[in-house]
Amino acid sequence: MTAESAPAFAAKDFKSDIKPVWCPGCGDYSVLSSVTKALAELQTPPEDVAVVSGIGCSSRIPAYTNCYGFHGVHGRALPLAIGLKVSRPDLTVIVTGGDGDGYSIGGNHFLHACRRNVDMTYIVMDNQVYGMTKGQPSPTTEPDWESGLVPGGTRIRPFMPLVVALASGANFIARGFSGDPNGTAQLIAEAIRHPGFSFVEVLSPCVTFRPEQRNWKHETHPAPVEATNDRGRAARRLATDDGFNTGVLFYDNRAPYMPPVDANLTDVQQFDREFAV
Amino acid sequence: MSPGPSSKGDDPIKALAAGVASPDDVLAHAHAMESEAADRYHELADQMEIHNNPQTAEVFDKMARIEQIHADKLAAMCAERGVTRRPPWEYRWLDPEAPEVTPVEEAHYLMTAPQALKLALHNEKRALAFYETLLAGSPPDDVRALAEEFAAEEREHVSLVEKWMADYPDIDPHIPEDPDDAVAH
Ligand SMILES: Cc1ncc(C[n+]2csc(CCOP(=O)(O)OP(=O)(O)O)c2C)c(N)n1
Ligand code: SF4
Repeated sequence: MTAESAPAFAAKDFKSDIKPVWCPGCGDYSVLSSVTKALAELQTPPEDVAVVSGIGCSSRIPAYTNCYGFHGVHGRALPLAIGLKVSRPDLTVIVTGGDGDGYSIGGNHFLHACRRNVDMTYIVMDNQVYGMTKGQPSPTTEPDWESGLVPGGTRIRPFMPLVVALASGANFIARGFSGDPNGTAQLIAEAIRHPGFSFVEVLSPCVTFRPEQRNWKHETHPAPVEATNDRGRAARRLATDDGFNTGVLFYDNRAPYMPPVDANLTDVQQFDREFAV
Repeated sequence: MSPGPSSKGDDPIKALAAGVASPDDVLAHAHAMESEAADRYHELADQMEIHNNPQTAEVFDKMARIEQIHADKLAAMCAERGVTRRPPWEYRWLDPEAPEVTPVEEAHYLMTAPQALKLALHNEKRALAFYETLLAGSPPDDVRALAEEFAAEEREHVSLVEKWMADYPDIDPHIPEDPDDAVAH
């Protein structure tokens, strides 16, 4: 593509005029930038994209994009997004949220979204804490992480989102790091292109409640092996990985789920009448 | 992932010589570096404004305007030569992001204006080091000419920021304390 045939959409065209209220230093700024860079590469018009989220700092992303957005209910972004995608399959549906939103209150929906395999991309900004509600531990928090709110730590084994996604049937699994926004943009673009349910876990530091996560830039590293489409091999790798391998880690080619469309059901009011009590 | 992190441990001179080998490569990298730096400074200015830190917002805003002028000039040069635009992950930086781009995690809502200037100086020096590393790899003459031109511009930026910093001979590296800290102790 030459400068003369400049692309129709730049990353900026996917950003709204609303200035984010995240703490300066928060990894979520970079994830927003990765999402907009990925969309610019795909050249999907903003009006053909819907960004759906739950509640949390990370879930504020829809307001900061220029796409259609739905800032939903805590933990319920995935069922909302599934409803949207099956009724408007023409839209590119992206779901964003945090580890609390997606793995705790929304954990059940996470399992079934992986299993159902509707064509969408789920981006979880994992900071191993509830940022918005001031620093409570989340399902991915280390058992020995102590704070004024958790003296002695939770002493509970952390949830393993990638292993759970694999076991539940996700069609594409990747891990990114917010400190590498260009690499993460590439993962998001690949996830969107990949048919079915694509899951991208992004390590995104909460500099306010987990300032030690600034060190993640020294801990993350590209996965030493190529992505596999062998579920058994992926299971072994994901179960033993150090939590800091980045890149595409697994892909499959299961056909995405689409419910059969009732050709007679063109009239929404008729549908409404069927539910009248 | 982007070539940056995967080149961790690579010889930086060899890595740059391989990834930035033609005048078009130099122009594309220079343009991406300046426009990404301008975008990040804009974002940082917005962050400081939202967090009621107008003095620091002003520094970032000023840097954004300077980088934008540079980026616009480079965009015109790219257009004139028909330089190919590439996906952000295909640039060959030595770090995950372009050298003039302030890493997101460097920002703090209470950071002072002199601390912001110090960051800006660090960025300009990294940009200069990028071209110096490229020049250290004995590039072809046409690459050398462009890299020398851009290195000279970065040297000017370094001196400009240093001049502004002369007003602050002792910059306190600590972030001022927040009397109403969010963290429960
Ligand atoms: C039904 C319901 N329960 C609890 C909450 C309170 N709440 C808001 S955000 C949040 C957790 C946020 O954590 P996470 O999803 O990890 O996002 P982060 O803020 O860290 O980005 C909780 C428990 C709520 N809004 N609604
Ligand atoms: S509290 Fe943490 S997650 Fe929330 S905006 Fe601040 S740094 Fe980000």
